[in-house]
Amino acid sequence: MTKINFVDHSGQTRTIDVENGATVMEAAIRNAIPGIEAECGGACACATCHVYVDEAWRAIVGEPSPMEEDMLDFGYDVKPDSRLSCQIKVTAELDGLIVRTPERQA
Amino acid sequence: MSEPIKTDALIIGAGPCGLFAVFELGLLDIKTHLVDILDKIGGQCAELYPEKPIYDIPGIPLVTGQGLCDALMMQIKPFGPAFHLQEMVETLEKIGDPLFRVTTDRGNVFEAKVIVIAAGGGSFQPKRPPIPGIEAYESTSVFYSVRQMEAFRDKRILIVGGGDSALDWTLNLAPLASHLTLLHRRSEFRAAPDSVNKMMALVGEGKVDFVLGQVSELQGAAGQIAKAIVKRNDGSNFEIACDALLPFFGLTMKLGPVADWGMEMKDGEYILVDTATFESSVPGIFAIGDINWYPGKLKLILSGFHEGALMAQKAHRYVYPDKRLVFQYTTSSTSLQKKLGVA
Repeated sequence: MTKINFVDHSGQTRTIDVENGATVMEAAIRNAIPGIEAECGGACACATCHVYVDEAWRAIVGEPSPMEEDMLDFGYDVKPDSRLSCQIKVTAELDGLIVRTPERQA
Repeated sequence: MSEPIKTDALIIGAGPCGLFAVFELGLLDIKTHLVDILDKIGGQCAELYPEKPIYDIPGIPLVTGQGLCDALMMQIKPFGPAFHLQEMVETLEKIGDPLFRVTTDRGNVFEAKVIVIAAGGGSFQPKRPPIPGIEAYESTSVFYSVRQMEAFRDKRILIVGGGDSALDWTLNLAPLASHLTLLHRRSEFRAAPDSVNKMMALVGEGKVDFVLGQVSELQGAAGQIAKAIVKRNDGSNFEIACDALLPFFGLTMKLGPVADWGMEMKDGEYILVDTATFESSVPGIFAIGDINWYPGKLKLILSGFHEGALMAQKAHRYVYPDKRLVFQYTTSSTSLQKKLGVA
């Protein structure tokens, strides 16, 4: 199990235990984390599971793929640390990951 | 009011569930019209994931979103459904027992004996970008779609986005505009390569400005913008003087007017239905697919197909109150095969 921290727009942190292999988006939806919508259900087709990756974690999480970059064009308030959480697979390496959810998804 | 379009069933939403409902209703001689806000048939399958694979349609190990819609269109062809695209339903009024009058934003009026809501996550609406106070300029100098190109003649236009809509409108409006700037957060585009090449050619000829960055603020008065403050990716700011702003950030789904039609809802988001008939709390109005809720509901296309089949049985009682419905198989029934044009 890997711990993932979600910080919402108001600054409140929610920490959940996630099974490795799931995506950060799936973990968020299963645990009813507010601020993640995932309209398309994880197909990298809607940009409503957008998160900001904490600076300390950006190198470990990595950069978005070209397909994900394309989808981020349709995200709300996209920044250099933006990722789509449906494209981040949880591994032991990510234990303690901090992601922030934007004010809105669309 | 325009002359009403009379039909047995009005289906709201032309996604996979709406399309398959045409089939199930058609087998029971129920004629259908469909209304959809998108400019194409297929709903989320066509808008969100036309190229993405679907693995859980029974008997079809792999099909794309678009492939499924194309196959459904072939399957329902014998029933000749009428499509009304780029049109949103607005009001519903009960005028008979059951007979409904439905109006749309295009001024069409439908009279239908049954209503089938297959609207998925609701209607697709343009996404509003995160610019403070943008609402004050919407529909006066900020537009999310172009209905009349002439309205933009001799204007200084700022188009924001990097998808096909942003590129298409850049190409279409450049000849009319007094000045056109395309603003995008990066130098790659999620658009047809041909459109990107054409746009770059216009940039080369000095007819279009292409700028990297994001709009952070709008300045203007009384609904008319004067300039946009743009933040470059390095954090510095500059201004673009403009008369019209067209942001193209894709679409999102909103429930829309069906929420006001008096049906019992679940969490204000889903239409509660009876699982024997998929009828809502208002007799004659049915809901199938992602938009309905009942205990055990799964948002799967295959569930929506099942829901459509059961819905059609109850709809038949409203459309043909005096006819007894005999359950038949397409495999063995000559009368069903005649309807399908295969007997």
